[in-house]
Amino acid sequence: MSEESRDSKQQDLRIGVFICDCGSNIAGHLDCSAVTEYAASLPGVAFAKENLYTCSESGVVEIKKAIQEHDLNRVIVASCSPRTHQPLFASSCAEAGLNPYLFEMVNIRDQCSWVHMQETDKATEKAKELIRMAVAKCALLEPQQDIESSLDRRAVVIGGGVAGMSAAEAMAGMGMEVVLVEKEPRLGGLLRNLNRIGPEGTPAAERVKELVRSVQEKENITLHLESEVTSVGGYIGNYQLTIQPVSGQAVQETAGCIVVATGAVPWTPSSGEYGYGEASVITQMELEQRLADESFTPPDRVVILQCAGARCEERPYCSRICCLTGVKNALLLKEMSPETEVHILYRDMQMYGTGKESMLWEARGKGIAFHVYHPDQGLQVQSDRIAFHDSLRGEDREIPFDLAVLSTPLVARDNARQISQMMRVPTDQNDFFLEAHAKLRPLDFAADGIFVCGSARYPATVEEARSQGMGTAARIGTILFKEKLISSAIVAEIDPESCVGCLGCIQVCPYQAITYDPQQGVCRVNEILCKGCGNCASSCPSHSIQLRGYKPDQLFSQIRALAEA
Amino acid sequence: MSEEFSPNIIAFACNWCAYAAADLAGVSRFQYPPNLRIIRVMCSGQVNPNFILKSLEEGADGVLVAG
Repeated sequence: MSEESRDSKQQDLRIGVFICDCGSNIAGHLDCSAVTEYAASLPGVAFAKENLYTCSESGVVEIKKAIQEHDLNRVIVASCSPRTHQPLFASSCAEAGLNPYLFEMVNIRDQCSWVHMQETDKATEKAKELIRMAVAKCALLEPQQDIESSLDRRAVVIGGGVAGMSAAEAMAGMGMEVVLVEKEPRLGGLLRNLNRIGPEGTPAAERVKELVRSVQEKENITLHLESEVTSVGGYIGNYQLTIQPVSGQAVQETAGCIVVATGAVPWTPSSGEYGYGEASVITQMELEQRLADESFTPPDRVVILQCAGARCEERPYCSRICCLTGVKNALLLKEMSPETEVHILYRDMQMYGTGKESMLWEARGKGIAFHVYHPDQGLQVQSDRIAFHDSLRGEDREIPFDLAVLSTPLVARDNARQISQMMRVPTDQNDFFLEAHAKLRPLDFAADGIFVCGSARYPATVEEARSQGMGTAARIGTILFKEKLISSAIVAEIDPESCVGCLGCIQVCPYQAITYDPQQGVCRVNEILCKGCGNCASSCPSHSIQLRGYKPDQLFSQIRALAEA
Repeated sequence: MSEEFSPNIIAFACNWCAYAAADLAGVSRFQYPPNLRIIRVMCSGQVNPNFILKSLEEGADGVLVAG
């Protein structure tokens, strides 16, 4: 039977109810047979059956078979949580020719049998009531079609550092069209300023050359150097961006997804702060550049000060990579000149990762001296000596030096906030971009189709920036290699007949999914941007907005069914 | 004394947090009285004042909006 003909039988309600035992998870704490018998007696129910495991292969086959044999036009499964199992059962209904939006689920395990384990009778009654509510709502469900939209199979990457280049390289390798936008005249980002990378000590210059060559060789990467993205519009699958070069005409580009890889910059102390400005006091980044210069010879005494300008009131966060860098460069200095006395002043060492932890032990073994200092007790850097309070010894000390190196943190770029406003993505209190979820969606923004990688998100090592960049490429691949963008039909709909265009919905929509149509004087929902929260529906003064699948009549029917006891 | 009063409570629970929390209570086998009926909504912001009034009108003793 075709889907249309099955859905059109609105008047002749034929509901199938499947009660799951879930082994003994449900059947062990309430009377599933009594619940099944009760379900069969409810108005509109044409078929009711108890299964041992409804989600098993045989359970699902049974649903499909019953839809065919009993000509069902609604299906209810009373089992576990719709949060985990609704997609499975709804798609099974679709496979049997029933519109998946005519499926309803009742939670009689997580929210019934498991929480009333000693009260079989009451739990059985509650399960019956919950099913009665679902049957009532089910009668009012309407068939819906998933929302399909086209996908522009191109991606724009903002930022041509390691993270951005890695993302672009990986996406181009997958066969995607990529547009790479870099503010500077050359690709490479911060990597250009570095000397050697990581415990292996790969020369940064070689790495940059290799990556840049790989990016430039790819025919499907369009490069925009000395350019910035100045406007972003649209939504996942169909973004429009304006790219403005330093000189010349702005270029319009379209993309299905966007990667933000704008990086970060090392903080530079103002003159006099931590002795900065003295010829003998430099930042860690400046040391990297000196080390890269072959004519550099280490002086006799070097002091490296960790957490310079970090973990303080203005910048309360740990920049993560400075401990690794400090120790790496201390080892390099020692290697170049074993006679050089190297001191590292630190607050806490964060050498995360096995390869890096061993660098710390190597450094100690090579005679690099480590001292714990207190940031608030007499820390003073002069042109030839550093005074500090040694927390382990409990005494004030002074160490003379020929060169002091300040390990300063990476800070967000000045324009991070501007970019965040333009893209409508959030930043944290330190202006680093904020991912959708630190553990579950570390490279995604909450806004669909926009991703973040590298130090724009948080200070990252070269390897981390690279793997994050490739990670965003993989995330974008999962979206852009599909035929179409398919999203749930459970979104808000506005009745243009009764909408008075008061704009109230636009103000409460957290997703900017509603726009005003001045020609018709009504508000309209962009179904792809709408996430189906229904905030607009509850606040619409003329009740012109309804959330599909959760319309007032549908919820009222549930409430009424509850009162029928 | 007659039987102890047990209120009928209707909860409107947000799919993404409160409803998930109620699932978690089950997974953790927390026990609570069986006089609560949860209606799943996609956001607590979806709950129209009419839903609450309707619940009370139809005999609920208490309404919980959780999200």
